[in-house]
Amino acid sequence: MDSVRSDTAPVPQALKILVAGGFGAGKTTLVGAVSEIAPLRTEEVLTTAGVGTDDTTGVATKTTTTVAMDFGRITINPSLVLYLFGTPGQNRFWFLWDELATGALGAVVLADTRRLADSFAAIDYFEQRNTPFVIAVNCFDNDQRYTVEQVREALDVDGHVPVLLTDARDRMSVKNVLITLVEHVLTMVRSSVPA
Amino acid sequence: MSTDPLDGVEEGPAWWDHEAGPVVRPYMVTGGRVRPVTVDFDLITFLVATATLAADTPSPEHQAILALTQEPRAVAEVASRVDLPLGVVRVLLCDLLSDGLIARYDPPPTDHLPNVETLQAVIHGLRAL
Repeated sequence: MDSVRSDTAPVPQALKILVAGGFGAGKTTLVGAVSEIAPLRTEEVLTTAGVGTDDTTGVATKTTTTVAMDFGRITINPSLVLYLFGTPGQNRFWFLWDELATGALGAVVLADTRRLADSFAAIDYFEQRNTPFVIAVNCFDNDQRYTVEQVREALDVDGHVPVLLTDARDRMSVKNVLITLVEHVLTMVRSSVPA
Repeated sequence: MSTDPLDGVEEGPAWWDHEAGPVVRPYMVTGGRVRPVTVDFDLITFLVATATLAADTPSPEHQAILALTQEPRAVAEVASRVDLPLGVVRVLLCDLLSDGLIARYDPPPTDHLPNVETLQAVIHGLRAL
């Protein structure tokens, strides 16, 4: 049934890249800089339902909270579409990261030099999952600049992980971050294939 | 979001605020069902309506999804554009799927990275932006 579609446009293959970083690091700005659509927001409503209660199984309870994920889209070609998902900034929503990270091509960890420690959790997460990632240091105007080497040392990341400076508002700069990430993934894929 | 009933009411004391969540409970539109019955939908699973708007479509929300998916759209995009939480949309999608009104196109298996050709195509496409 779902393979017969001769009358309309072909269904493209979708890929996703995650954009992680602390609250206020500029994730949505980065997504918006390269997305062909204004960043969209999707929400998940979380409930505390189902913990040993009697009749409420399968029914949403009163206690809810909403987690928002912003995302954008880049059509690579008619058969390939790339989605960029900003991860929820708050650490208590880690379990949502699992859904986001599943099947992800890779991740951009957007670091804010004023709060470098905010990046640690994301770096640990992607390292443990073996999700390829790059670290993009967002350079805000008039911000104290660090060199790539200083950031790499401060974050204590493996030598093979690309670290680069970026301006999350700048399309060319963000484009370069994404290309660096996909090239990094390509290197990993090639090195994992027996010659 | 665009129709957020709480816009402009952040100021001053109120018995509810943004922290209170939606005014109408989101799972009303699913009749209280919180999980898709049979299948789950990845955020980037593409959906395509297999029918134009059906007269006997269960609800306005189902119809909105069918209208959106006359061209291929990802689950996240559908959820965003119908302005419903993902969990709610997944339940509605399950209804549409079991009624044969929608087709799903899943992303490649998640246990391996894309192949070299795909990655090269992505790099090429990004450079051309």
